Amino acid sequence: MSAGDILELSASAAAAAVDSGELSARELFETYRVRAAADRDAGIEGLNCFTWVADEVPAEAPPAPLHGVPIAIKDLFCVEGVPSQAGSRILEGYRPPYTASSVSRLREAGACLLAKTNQDEFAMGSSNENSAFGPVLNPWDRARVPGGSSGGSAAAVAAGLAPWALGTDTGGSIRQPAALCGIVGMKPTYGTVSRYGMIAFASSLDQAGPLTRDVSDAALMLRHMSGRDACDATSLHSASVEPPSARRLDGLRLGVPEELAGEGIEAGVLECCRSTLSLAEGLGADVAEVRLPHAPHALAAYYVLAPAEASSNLARFDGVRYGLRAEADDLLAMYTRTRHDGFGPEVKRRIMLGTYALSSGYYEAYYGRAQRVRTKIAEDFAAAFQSVDYIVSPTSPTVAFKLGERTSDPLSMYLSDYCTVPMSLAGIPAISIPCGLSDGLPVGLQLAGPALSDSRLLDAAHALEQAIEFDPRAARV
Amino acid sequence: MIERSEVLAVARLARLELSEEELEPMARELSTVLDHIATIRQLDLTGVAPTSHVVDVTGALRPDEPRPCLPREVALAQAPAVSADGFLVPSPQA
Repeated sequence: MSAGDILELSASAAAAAVDSGELSARELFETYRVRAAADRDAGIEGLNCFTWVADEVPAEAPPAPLHGVPIAIKDLFCVEGVPSQAGSRILEGYRPPYTASSVSRLREAGACLLAKTNQDEFAMGSSNENSAFGPVLNPWDRARVPGGSSGGSAAAVAAGLAPWALGTDTGGSIRQPAALCGIVGMKPTYGTVSRYGMIAFASSLDQAGPLTRDVSDAALMLRHMSGRDACDATSLHSASVEPPSARRLDGLRLGVPEELAGEGIEAGVLECCRSTLSLAEGLGADVAEVRLPHAPHALAAYYVLAPAEASSNLARFDGVRYGLRAEADDLLAMYTRTRHDGFGPEVKRRIMLGTYALSSGYYEAYYGRAQRVRTKIAEDFAAAFQSVDYIVSPTSPTVAFKLGERTSDPLSMYLSDYCTVPMSLAGIPAISIPCGLSDGLPVGLQLAGPALSDSRLLDAAHALEQAIEFDPRAARV
Repeated sequence: MIERSEVLAVARLARLELSEEELEPMARELSTVLDHIATIRQLDLTGVAPTSHVVDVTGALRPDEPRPCLPREVALAQAPAVSADGFLVPSPQA
């Protein structure tokens, strides 16, 4: 098989080609390894997708069912012996002594680690401009951001530098970059995938999920990493994810919330989403309006809860057990200088915000209230799902924006997650699929379902995907 | 806008040194975000229970039995400074 033919294969198709003997696992891995290494060596002259790339083909023949399909993994997943820095200077030189459960499971199913992907530092960002490794560029237009925080994972898959990639989503960090890069990205129901070995940002929201070329690949990856793990007390005994097969949406009700599909959303994005809803009606779906009255407050609640949890989780980076240490004569100065030197500006901002919100006298006004808003948002979704099967909205209010455009104004950056944060707060599954182009740049459509509806959500997304026939080839490098 | 003294107090709680050049932008940016967050103060949330976790997990406890853990030398291998049997740090009272 020629390199060109190999690169055309989805992860599912590549595994099948190895299984049938048309392609060797070695040839498959080496084809991607050479491409990924070239991007790494080019740095910012390339797309800057990777923080580390495997230097050889795995020695042992990988097992079925994935048969050695290479996978790129977001830097914040710990992999034993492999640099894992979560995009941060403070973890310089860190090579974890253990491997994240999700990664171990994918390996046991036959996936092979191709590379670690660039990301916003500790997953804090929506543009991948907050990385100690420099920004990732969008393969559709190198002057634009790929989205974030799983920007390296999204750009690598879109550009054909990896067949698929693993990311994490706290407030939109899989879905938004998937949308901006024209690929599929899914945040499963909270608890579906073990968080053990993921360097933590906001533990009540963090969830691992797939970034893939198509919906079938997303289902395949999720199938091989989900389920209860004794190392994560919040992980669920979830039902097995089945390969999606639906081609019709007969009898399904899609709800469009006016709060996420009106004011503040770019006209070209709305237009793409409207045409896709017409396609959905053609497949037999009923499209109706629903209300999520508290969704406009989700972002404010999120920017209390996530930084509060982050300020606590990031307390462990103190120069004692791993990573960077700034020398000082006394212990307190060593802590404060290490953290000054090791954290980037956005991480410092969120630690400060979280510490402020949790400090004595402010706790109830900020954290307590944000937790109550979270309840109202979850109730809004529960009420909406009484009358519709899925909620549909744009994934991102805009197409990919220019590098540097939002870095000086944190709030404008935070607004990138306006449509994705409500689902995160409610813990429900949501998937972004490419639904068209606006000004030559990809637009993502987000479908969300009730908790634990992951399998049927993938099925509905699959039916829509077949009707949309999105052409991703312009992004390939 | 948040006072400079308040920024310094929070930074102390967070064990974070901020340089002179970082102080003013931090105060300004925190103020902008806190102004946005303040919109949740307008909501009537009386009688609404807080949500700390979205998915109910029961039976997550396991028997407390000794199991193997990382060998000491592996746990110490990544540390910037170690003594014979532990992590080495500067004195708290220097």
